[in-house]
Amino acid sequence: MTIERGPQAAQAQHVFEVPAYDNQTVLDVVSWVQQNADPTLSYRFACRVGMCGSCAMMVNGVPRWTCRTHISKVLEGNAVTIGPLRNLPVIKDLAVDMDPFFDKWVAAEGVHHGALTRDDPIPPVDAASPARVEANAGIECINCSVCYAACDTVAGNPDYLGPAALQRAWTLLNDAKDTGRVAILDAVSNKGGCHNCHSMGSCTTYCPNELDPMTAIAGLKRETAKSFFKRRR
Amino acid sequence: MSMAKGTRARAHPLWFAYILHRLSGVTLAVFLPFHFWVLALAMTDPARLDGFLAMTDAGVVKLAEFGLVFLLAVHMFGGFRLMAMEWLPWTPPQKTLAAAATAVSFLIACLFFMKAT
Amino acid sequence: MLDLRLYMLQRISALLMGPLVLGHLAVMIYAIQGGLSAAEILGRTQGSVLWFLFYGTFVVAVSIHGAIGLRTVAHEWGGLKGHPLNVFMWTTGAGLFALGARAVWAVTFA
Repeated sequence: MTIERGPQAAQAQHVFEVPAYDNQTVLDVVSWVQQNADPTLSYRFACRVGMCGSCAMMVNGVPRWTCRTHISKVLEGNAVTIGPLRNLPVIKDLAVDMDPFFDKWVAAEGVHHGALTRDDPIPPVDAASPARVEANAGIECINCSVCYAACDTVAGNPDYLGPAALQRAWTLLNDAKDTGRVAILDAVSNKGGCHNCHSMGSCTTYCPNELDPMTAIAGLKRETAKSFFKRRR
Repeated sequence: MSMAKGTRARAHPLWFAYILHRLSGVTLAVFLPFHFWVLALAMTDPARLDGFLAMTDAGVVKLAEFGLVFLLAVHMFGGFRLMAMEWLPWTPPQKTLAAAATAVSFLIACLFFMKAT
Repeated sequence: MLDLRLYMLQRISALLMGPLVLGHLAVMIYAIQGGLSAAEILGRTQGSVLWFLFYGTFVVAVSIHGAIGLRTVAHEWGGLKGHPLNVFMWTTGAGLFALGARAVWAVTFA
């Protein structure tokens, strides 16, 4: 296994020989390295069962959850290359700084815009309405940043808010309880907004939760285009 | 370029559609000034224009023309596919559309080539 | 680095060019039969208000569309941003328009 460590490491790439076991995941292999070969290796994981998204790394150039990736599926001959998630600053080795990801989440107005108080009646949400169906398609996002790492537009455009943040904005736009429609449309129409998306679909292809940020962003483009014409009249 | 590092194993159909769209656009944009300059020879140096036009009989030039027509068709149909996905309220099988768009482009380019030879 | 306005201009110029490109392809396929010559082309376009309008519109649309498109590439692949990026876009647009307008004039009313 070749591990691409961050700029602070003594050498940029470190090659390790790791024994093969049955049913080994990439996370197992990385853990073996840290436990048996190099205790200074830094990496993240938590649940190790594919629910938290903490173990996301680049495996042979592709962002994946390492706890849900069998090593046998990604070995090229007997070799595999692991690196920190793309498009985020590296803290150390395989651990990246998630701040820019979350900052953009907020910048896209991915926050609840509520106007009611505890004394007001709870607004009804029709689970079968088209808007609610749209919103439901995106709410399972656990902010693992795989889509953000997969996106070439994020790589080329540092201002681009990215698929996860924009998908969240779309779910809120379709949320009957959210009153921030104008704020959201404004936030996704700036120079880092949804219009930078080229629909290359890497986000949808690589999302481990099988979400579809690309279609959500297309929805944002549609809504902003509509509001563009309405405002001009 | 950090982008280049991640392009390994990024070989899925929609990504190819994106890269084809981008490269065809850049190529057409670079070709256009030359195209405009040659056409303007009609008023500054018509004999030279005829010289250029005579070159279009050469096989290699016809191949290049075929390439350009293909790129133009690819870029346009790819663009329509994008706008359909963004603005029309339906979500058709994307890969099929991408393939169909390329196929139609190729057919138009073939028609061009057939008529040219 | 596209905001809503640039995006809309890009899309609208694209829609405008749809029929123009189809028309251009049709003309090309017709014109190349039997070989190309300046006389044949000019015989069709010279003095024609219709061709002037057709290709004139085409040039305006492609100047806008190409400038915005190349702007995106210059930013994402070339790293240009801020003022230099805007200068690049306007220069490209102006350049395409100048050369294109000259070509249209050359084959119609020159």
